[in-house]
Amino acid sequence: MFKQLANDEIETVTVILNGQEIQVPKGTTVAAIALSQGLRSTRTTPISNTKRAPFCMMGVCYDCLMVIDGKANQRACVTYVEQGMQVECQQGTGPSLGDAQ
Amino acid sequence: MKNHYQFLIIGAGPAGLAAAATASKYGISCALLDEQPEPGGQIYRAIESIPEQREKLLGSEYQRGQALVDEFRASAAEYYPETRVWSLNDQKEAGVLHHGKTKMITADQILVASGAMERPVPFPGWTLPGVMQAGAGQILFKSAGVVPSDGVVLAGSGPLLLLLAWQYLHIGVEIKAMLDITPLSNYLTALPKLPKALLAHQYLTKGIAYQIDLKRAGITTKIGVSDLRAEGDGELQSIRFRHFGREQLIKTDVLLTHFGVIPHIWLTQAAGCKHQWDKSQQCWRPEHDDWGNTSIEGVMVAGDGAGIHGARSAEHAGRLVGLQALFALGVLTQAERDSQAMEDRKWMNTDRRIRPFLEAYFAIPKKMLATPDDDTIVCRCEEITSGQIRKAVKEGHEDSNQVKYFTRCGMGACQGRQCANAVAHIVDDAGGQEISAQSHYRGRPPVAPLALGQLADLYEEDAQ
Repeated sequence: MFKQLANDEIETVTVILNGQEIQVPKGTTVAAIALSQGLRSTRTTPISNTKRAPFCMMGVCYDCLMVIDGKANQRACVTYVEQGMQVECQQGTGPSLGDAQ
Repeated sequence: MKNHYQFLIIGAGPAGLAAAATASKYGISCALLDEQPEPGGQIYRAIESIPEQREKLLGSEYQRGQALVDEFRASAAEYYPETRVWSLNDQKEAGVLHHGKTKMITADQILVASGAMERPVPFPGWTLPGVMQAGAGQILFKSAGVVPSDGVVLAGSGPLLLLLAWQYLHIGVEIKAMLDITPLSNYLTALPKLPKALLAHQYLTKGIAYQIDLKRAGITTKIGVSDLRAEGDGELQSIRFRHFGREQLIKTDVLLTHFGVIPHIWLTQAAGCKHQWDKSQQCWRPEHDDWGNTSIEGVMVAGDGAGIHGARSAEHAGRLVGLQALFALGVLTQAERDSQAMEDRKWMNTDRRIRPFLEAYFAIPKKMLATPDDDTIVCRCEEITSGQIRKAVKEGHEDSNQVKYFTRCGMGACQGRQCANAVAHIVDDAGGQEISAQSHYRGRPPVAPLALGQLADLYEEDAQ
């Protein structure tokens, strides 16, 4: 698993990860937060429903897809946390746009 | 953001930053677009905002990026962070997504400085949560101060693995094992290239210093490792491998692998630039001349996206392309370009002397690149196995693109970024075309995620 090293100088924002409010450092990607919060997997695949987690952390593998603010298939490793952001693990292809509205 | 620039640069790593700083001195209109919120690329990621303590741990090679970023910030080049380039064509038109708005930008000269990505090498269990690339481990530390909490196994081949181990040692992350899959026969093939490499010895002495530090801390690299497997029920629990023929098992919940890096060529592919298989670097790269010109007039490449030479070379190559752009725009004469390029060309060539040695020494064994285990997933997105690809080849699909059409391998969300090379190696190994004769997966726009509504916005703008 992963942990975030202590750092006092960084401002924090509140995000809602899988329904739970957490304080996280500003300027961090959603994928880094998910891993440091102890999530081992962040989605299941649409083909075989197996668990996956961030792999490359630089936007090329598309394995870190999560549902962010209701939108599915967002790359968590290139999305930066924002105040009030809702982040959820994605099941398969995730909710369609219609579901989110 | 304007609709047209004289010089458009894509990517804010060392090559893009150096090119922008160089060219914008001459009063041309110049813009740099980058996906990240801060300049620096992956190598100098978060250099402007990183806490001091973390920066110290990353060492002088990382801190070097600050000067480059400062010079760029002081330049007249326009800078657009958080900007995604989703298409590029041979008319020198770039499709851009900036803060949710889509736009087409044209330019007289375009530099694609897209950098490198980790070479994806499929092995049994590489899709399990807990298995990541070493570069991912480094990005997590640089950008967020996130590190493995219950120990880590590092496996693969190449300088980055050693650097990451050394950094983890200083942070206090437990390194359970360092597994080197470099075949011992590489030592022999690399040996004749060593004398030239000694002319760029700072890399070798650094590597040796890291080894000594690790050894002092009781971390020895296991050499001669093969048959790496990641195992676990739904997530990584242990890894299994052979060490000089003897099977071993280590319990771990994080495995970071590294098999070298390859150019990220999706934009130059989409633009239609000619690419070639680089046998020594074991990857495709765009064809280019000494000034970074590709097969499309006005489209240039520099840095690792042009072929892997590292961050220092990227900086020099970026400045050379900056001068070339000025020459092509008629701002500099050929003689002015050539004389101003002399220093950078000299230092770039000196820096690159290490490369033939590194490429031979860290060459990934062909057997491993061809994913010998038939049950291993090769296409992470469409979940296509090595066995399915071999079967398609046997049935007469003898080129990567044919295998793609037939199996859907490479048609998922990552657009083949993770499987393109592996599929080409498997096709070659299974009796299809030789890898150098195959065409790389055809890349098509959008090469980055774009919502249909965002694409439609383009036409709304036209209509107004």
